[in-house]
Amino acid sequence: MTKAFDEMNGGGSGSIRDSYKTLAAWLQNAPPDLLQARSRQAELFFRRMGVTFAVYGDEESNERLIPFDVVPRIIGADEWSGLEAGLKQRVSAINAFLKDIYGPQECIKAGVVPADLILTNPHYRPEMQGRRPPGDVWCHIAGVDLVRTGEDGFYVLEDNVRTPSGVSYMLENREMMMRLFPDLFAEHSVRPVEIYTDMLLRSLQASAPDGAGEDPTIVVLTPGPFNSAYYEHSFLADKLGVELVEGGDLFVNDDTVFMRTTEGPKRVDVIYRRIDDDFIDPLTFMPNSAVGVPGLMSAYHAGRVTLANAVGTGVADDKAVYTYMPQIIRFFTGEDAILQNVPTWRCREPEALKEVLGKLDQLVVKEVGGSGGYGMLVGPAATKAEIEAFRAKLIADPDDFIAQPTLSLSTAPTLNGGDLSPRHVDLRPFVLSSPAGVRVAPGGLTRVALKEGSLVVNSSQGGGTKDTWVLDN
Amino acid sequence: MRIRIDHSTRYGYARPARFIVQMLRLTPRSCESQQVGDWRIETDVDARLRRSEDAFGNIVHSLYTERPTDSLTIRVMGEVSTVDTGGVIRGQSERLSPLVFLRDTALTRADAAILDFAQAIGQGDPLDRMHRLMGALHRDVAFEVGSTSATHTAAEAFAQRRGVCQDHAQIFISAAHRLGVPARYVSGHLNRSDGQHDQDAAHAWAEAWIEGLGWVGFDPANGICPTDQYVRVAVGLDALGATPIRGTSYGGGQESLTVALHVRPVQQSQQQLQSRGWG
Amino acid sequence: MLSRTADSLYWTGRYMERADFLARILEAAIRLAALPAKDQATVTAWAGAIASSGVKSAFDASGRTPSEKSVREYLAFGADNSTSIKACITRARTNARSVRTALTIELWEAINGAWNGLNELGEPTKRDDFTSYLDFVKSTSLAVEGASSRTMLRNDAYWFLRLGMAIERADNTARLLDVKYHLLLPPGERVGGQLDYFQWTTLLREVSALTAYRWVYRESVRPWLVADLLVLNRQMPRSLASCQGMIVSYLEKLAADYGRRGPAQRLASSRLTQFNEARIEDIFQAGLHEYIQNFLNENNALAGAIHEQYLV
Repeated sequence: MTKAFDEMNGGGSGSIRDSYKTLAAWLQNAPPDLLQARSRQAELFFRRMGVTFAVYGDEESNERLIPFDVVPRIIGADEWSGLEAGLKQRVSAINAFLKDIYGPQECIKAGVVPADLILTNPHYRPEMQGRRPPGDVWCHIAGVDLVRTGEDGFYVLEDNVRTPSGVSYMLENREMMMRLFPDLFAEHSVRPVEIYTDMLLRSLQASAPDGAGEDPTIVVLTPGPFNSAYYEHSFLADKLGVELVEGGDLFVNDDTVFMRTTEGPKRVDVIYRRIDDDFIDPLTFMPNSAVGVPGLMSAYHAGRVTLANAVGTGVADDKAVYTYMPQIIRFFTGEDAILQNVPTWRCREPEALKEVLGKLDQLVVKEVGGSGGYGMLVGPAATKAEIEAFRAKLIADPDDFIAQPTLSLSTAPTLNGGDLSPRHVDLRPFVLSSPAGVRVAPGGLTRVALKEGSLVVNSSQGGGTKDTWVLDN
Repeated sequence: MRIRIDHSTRYGYARPARFIVQMLRLTPRSCESQQVGDWRIETDVDARLRRSEDAFGNIVHSLYTERPTDSLTIRVMGEVSTVDTGGVIRGQSERLSPLVFLRDTALTRADAAILDFAQAIGQGDPLDRMHRLMGALHRDVAFEVGSTSATHTAAEAFAQRRGVCQDHAQIFISAAHRLGVPARYVSGHLNRSDGQHDQDAAHAWAEAWIEGLGWVGFDPANGICPTDQYVRVAVGLDALGATPIRGTSYGGGQESLTVALHVRPVQQSQQQLQSRGWG
Repeated sequence: MLSRTADSLYWTGRYMERADFLARILEAAIRLAALPAKDQATVTAWAGAIASSGVKSAFDASGRTPSEKSVREYLAFGADNSTSIKACITRARTNARSVRTALTIELWEAINGAWNGLNELGEPTKRDDFTSYLDFVKSTSLAVEGASSRTMLRNDAYWFLRLGMAIERADNTARLLDVKYHLLLPPGERVGGQLDYFQWTTLLREVSALTAYRWVYRESVRPWLVADLLVLNRQMPRSLASCQGMIVSYLEKLAADYGRRGPAQRLASSRLTQFNEARIEDIFQAGLHEYIQNFLNENNALAGAIHEQYLV
């Protein structure tokens, strides 16, 4: 594999990229062990907070401390404006797509996406057909995963339009960096990510149903303290200044949602739900769900409550539907996609399957319905036996798979012992949609593969996080 | 013919339930084969009923009780005029594409045995194959009350080759999907030819989408296509989706269920008497 | 505030209070058992601890017989005792954790620290270690009380936490009084006898009131004065009258915050009026046992009313 594009040093010409010039100079002049000292300090702070993490989650506090790298990932103003435009375009198209799929299905009639791919997709919800959520907004919160292969080569890896998580790390990381490196912030003009919670609050307020009044009641709905993302749920509720509720705190009466309070039932207008569709209403979906709200869908269909995100958004971030995203964007916006898709072979197409089977050792093959790295073959890293086993699965059920080339993810300088070493990174910015428009928080969660050469940024597999700086001007 | 239905469902609660929420799919819609007249829902405790229509075209009532109660009876009554269309459904607007009814659910997902069974149906035009599928099911899966419960999957019922109408319908759907034919579940009522008007449970069957004909009913439990003895009430992807009543109680604890169902033909001469009897 | 949040705060208060109460009972039993006395008296001390804790039937059903070892083990960390010290602290923490954002960091750290500390101490068997264990439990309830009092806003969250503590404390004191009065008087031993003296001083120790007694009454320990101290004395923070006063004041704060009084307020304040008019002589005349039983029933009814009004 050729040397990856580096966020600080670029493609290898030796000159430092503009956005990193100040940081590079600062690093040059920094006392040799400063970064390590700050890194230890960060760990101390986080360990203290880590206790808090454990408090909300399970007892295994140490496992839940995600490594934090103190060297920021920096994105220049121009780069960001390109990304921002691309993200807005993409999420707008996704909203239009969902509105159409659950409405007139023009994009199916026009042949943009195959009917069976949508209508038999497990994440398509027939219950939503013909429904319009308040304000016609489906995907209120998206966490789009981006990777980079070159100066202009940003690719979307996944759209994450169900209940994306990770935004609490984006906010906590910034807080930590401002505490550790106030001098660095003084030398850079970094756009604030703290406005995210304010943006989210406004966005949810703007999405309230008709009749909710001037000051709609918003809640965050969590499956409960045993959910792995509970910390984030309570963090967000806290920052938004709204109640963190569990299913049992809500009930539906007369097609209206209420929460039980010490002052009696209080109407709820907007639910930022962190519970999957399947579990949200046992009278409509999985009947044995104990975390949902019985009758919620009746209130939803009656237009009396907003669910963020809407029910049924998963059909838009399905891996097979993903492959059609460039066409979807063109169909709904009339423009070419600003952000590229990773070139993808749809194994359901015989020509593509043949090509994929011919070079399995070079490709990443993913199960359409899989997530979190399950059911995946990473060709270059797999043994012959693994490849052959996967070949059999692929031939047996080609519809279930897509294949992509292994991308050479960009690297960013990362503290490695006492030195800085290039490590592969990705980026998850958060995009908010409401009837008032689409907005992107200036930043995101940068995940970094701490092991040399590793492309896996998942925290469960040794990945860490970095603060992400978007520069002003 | 005219069929009169009187269907009571009584829930008893171990402790008084503070509040009860239910979704009722108990009200039939008119289409070419059935005209619904004079249909009522009554509850024996004060409750709000909100009527709406779901994406499957079913009439849904959301029921919310108004005060604590230790029991709740929902009674639906009405009369439906039917004609025999050979099982073909016409005059019903469909919001969902037939392709949606190729979706498998936890209850209809085929296992290897159902797949084999479906493949053994052989080739032919779809209508013919569905008739053969219905016949084979009627022959191979015994009707036996109590052999399955409401949560049994098609695969589980098929494995024991026994079940009730719900199981027959779900196995039919499962196998039809394997043959590439959209199929769905129907809950409803059957005016029995043996004159048994008091019934223990409502009936269920399946419908398959046949290109050129549209939705066609198949009742594998009885081995026939629905006639004018049948009243369709609700459709869904599986039994769960077409369940007459789905609900929950707050604070009621263990609940018990009693169903009383009378389905009988209305004779001209009896009409006067009947309406007085129910008045 | 969410009803669930109020419920969790209320139960955090109750469980912390009960853990503290159990620690005091065990401490007093150790002291009583250490007095030079016949074997029978030692057994009585441990049986008394079980009775005072209100877990006699569960203890007996577990197949245990009262001894220092069995009682210490059962009340402090018995795996089959759902209201052991360990279980109470664990439940207090679970409740607190589920409403973490309604607590101050200081209060959370006090509760979580209690739980962590208890886990570190394990299940000590040596008497010295066990005494340190009890000291730790008592110190945690002080830490929790201090943290809540010093750091929490005086809003409904605080009132529900305090309300739980006060309801539990009233229940504990009443039960203690009742058990001592009835179960611990050996047949033939008249009220005021030698053994009785130890029993009553033990009772005072259990509520940390031996010194207080001397300050208030300035005479030797007499049962009716002990009863007066624990039932009617408003200076004594664990007396029934004090607990009732606290309950009323917290309920009134809630009523003021919410702008609405309900059945809980009415029930609580009518009981407080009875305390203001009561004299210990009359209580003895009518029977302390009946009086206490009545108090316990009413306290339960009040807890039920609070539950109905706020917590569901």
